[in-house]
Amino acid sequence: MSRTGDSKFGDYGGQYVPEVLMPAIEELTDAYVRYVLDNEDGFMDEFRERLRDFGGRPTPLQRADALSDRYDREVYLKREDLVHGGAHKLNNALGQVLLAKYMGKERIVAETGAGQHGTATAMACAHLGIDCEIYMGRTDINRQRPNVFRMRIHDAEVNPVDVGSGTLKEAINETMRDWATNVEDTHYVIGSVVGPHPFPKMVRDFQAVISEEAREQIREKAGRLPDSVVACAGGGSNTMGAFHEFVGDEDVSLVAVEAGGSGLTIDEDAGLAPHSASLSSGEEGVLHGARTKLLQNRDGQILESHSVSAGLDYSGVGPELAYLADEGRVTPANVGDDAALEAFHRLSKLEGIIPALESSHALAYLEKVADDGASTGDAPSATSEVAEDLGDLVIVNVSGRGDKDLDTVIEESEKRDIDAAPAMEVFENGQ
Amino acid sequence: MGSDIEAAFEDGPALVPYVVAGDPDLDATKEYVEALARGGADVIELGLPFSEPIADGPTIQNAIRRALDAGTTPRNYLEFVAELDVDVPIVCMTYYNLIYQFGEEEGVEPFVEAGAEAGLSGLIVPDLPVEESDPLREACDEHGLDLVFIVAPTTTDERLDRITSQASGFVYVQARLGTTGAQADVSEATHESLARLADSTVPKAVGFGVSEREHAREIVGAGADGVVAGSVFVDIIAEGESVADRLEAKARELKAGALEGTDQKVPEPERT
Repeated sequence: MSRTGDSKFGDYGGQYVPEVLMPAIEELTDAYVRYVLDNEDGFMDEFRERLRDFGGRPTPLQRADALSDRYDREVYLKREDLVHGGAHKLNNALGQVLLAKYMGKERIVAETGAGQHGTATAMACAHLGIDCEIYMGRTDINRQRPNVFRMRIHDAEVNPVDVGSGTLKEAINETMRDWATNVEDTHYVIGSVVGPHPFPKMVRDFQAVISEEAREQIREKAGRLPDSVVACAGGGSNTMGAFHEFVGDEDVSLVAVEAGGSGLTIDEDAGLAPHSASLSSGEEGVLHGARTKLLQNRDGQILESHSVSAGLDYSGVGPELAYLADEGRVTPANVGDDAALEAFHRLSKLEGIIPALESSHALAYLEKVADDGASTGDAPSATSEVAEDLGDLVIVNVSGRGDKDLDTVIEESEKRDIDAAPAMEVFENGQ
Repeated sequence: MGSDIEAAFEDGPALVPYVVAGDPDLDATKEYVEALARGGADVIELGLPFSEPIADGPTIQNAIRRALDAGTTPRNYLEFVAELDVDVPIVCMTYYNLIYQFGEEEGVEPFVEAGAEAGLSGLIVPDLPVEESDPLREACDEHGLDLVFIVAPTTTDERLDRITSQASGFVYVQARLGTTGAQADVSEATHESLARLADSTVPKAVGFGVSEREHAREIVGAGADGVVAGSVFVDIIAEGESVADRLEAKARELKAGALEGTDQKVPEPERT
């Protein structure tokens, strides 16, 4: 048994996939150990070099002056929006596409929700010269069109998925089917810390560069470790990336902020959850190759999730996060669609940074803690039990930039009457 | 083990048809199961619909959607099985999460117990590889159910040994890569897999793409003990005309092909 022979995090994780894929998963596990963990043939050296020269790493850890004033604590932003392509997703996509090349694979398939992972994969494939095919739900294609064009421009095929709600869950199902059909020469670049072992560990290792850099940078800038690290969680790849190097630092709080959507109640009859908070409110089950926390009904049928942010709109979460949450090491929290939209506009105005709607959830959590702090003395609100004190020194992971979200943000802000949103209607159809 | 599934393979090549319970509703499924039995089915695979059928192609995905829309649940599925009056062993094909979630608390035991009480003879769980199967294997052993495993064209010799040592009832030989769905030809991989399984004591049934008499003949001729066919039956259900009669006729056709295959059975395929 290698040191990764254990496919589990406590009871979570594992390998629940059709037999046709198991040999490929064994082959991938072997490649992960040799190349990623043991740096065989200098794989990790090449990966790091390409992350630097092609990907633009390291990304800055920036003190957010206006947010620090507003929240009366030191707030630092880890600027993953500045990675090539505009999101942390490249860290993993580049690692996996390079690994596929080392393994001698000829073709890449991937799923995408917000399109950031699809774009990063398409970019990495163009960079490394390998064929690429992306599956994307129809709903997500409609709300993330700029990313669809970017994938096409990088010469990737984009296959719309029409079943179900046409979001990430359906795209993953379809990519698994493609992989099962073409498994002999194809590698499936999973976009998050989900799926069967070794994906949750391997994707985490590729994303861990975020916390490696952040840990060093905060020591340089603030002279000590942070009191807390806050990151948004859908599947959880930026979350695990931002947390991983701090997991052993027991004094650093790790807060995973999920999409609370329009509320945490679920409609079992309709098979719908108006949120994507599987870490906060999901039940243990098996989906897409792993045992983890899922949004499901009493029978075990998977519910359709919802978030204004396509990248968080998923009914499951990475098994390691589920484990760390059960252990009490990670605090699950959630903020709703409206709060995320407010945070989007706030950062854009106050700091000159347009964050992805995904990252806006992490930023919204700062406001939620501030609001709860302000209401001290009142009866505790329903949310106050998750809004823990973040301490004096906070790192927020800005996982991606929000250019891709502009259409959604303008439309949704108007529809919802978001206070912080600028009036845009006079510019529409403006001749 | 001498289970009723293995007994069904004893008198010549077995036909194992698959339909989704509740497609388009459970009353219709009762009629369809009876028609398949009249047509010569030896074992019937009855799908319990799960919302994320990653091992299935479009034909069966759509059937599963129809069955879920009709309100099929694990509980009314098992009630349905208990009321079925056919003299053919029923195998439940479903995904792991439904089995795992059945009881008051998570775990596989309650479903297996209820399934055995309802009269199921075995389980096929396409997203449960042998590595993760110990709890279900133990529960099945305790309650006298067979646990059927799938062998794929990609399965290595090492995995093959692991699978055949765990399998009971029959081994489901997946004829080609990919997901379920009717195909025009029987793939070369089928012959290879059957040759590799020649020493297995558990019966071998080949599925994934079987839709015509000729396929059944070729598969049995190549050394299989049975033929699994799903999408071809599900297509007939989806078309919705004279369904029971056509299911019976199609079952009869495939069974006849399988019997013809027995006559041409060759001991070893011409491969190294």
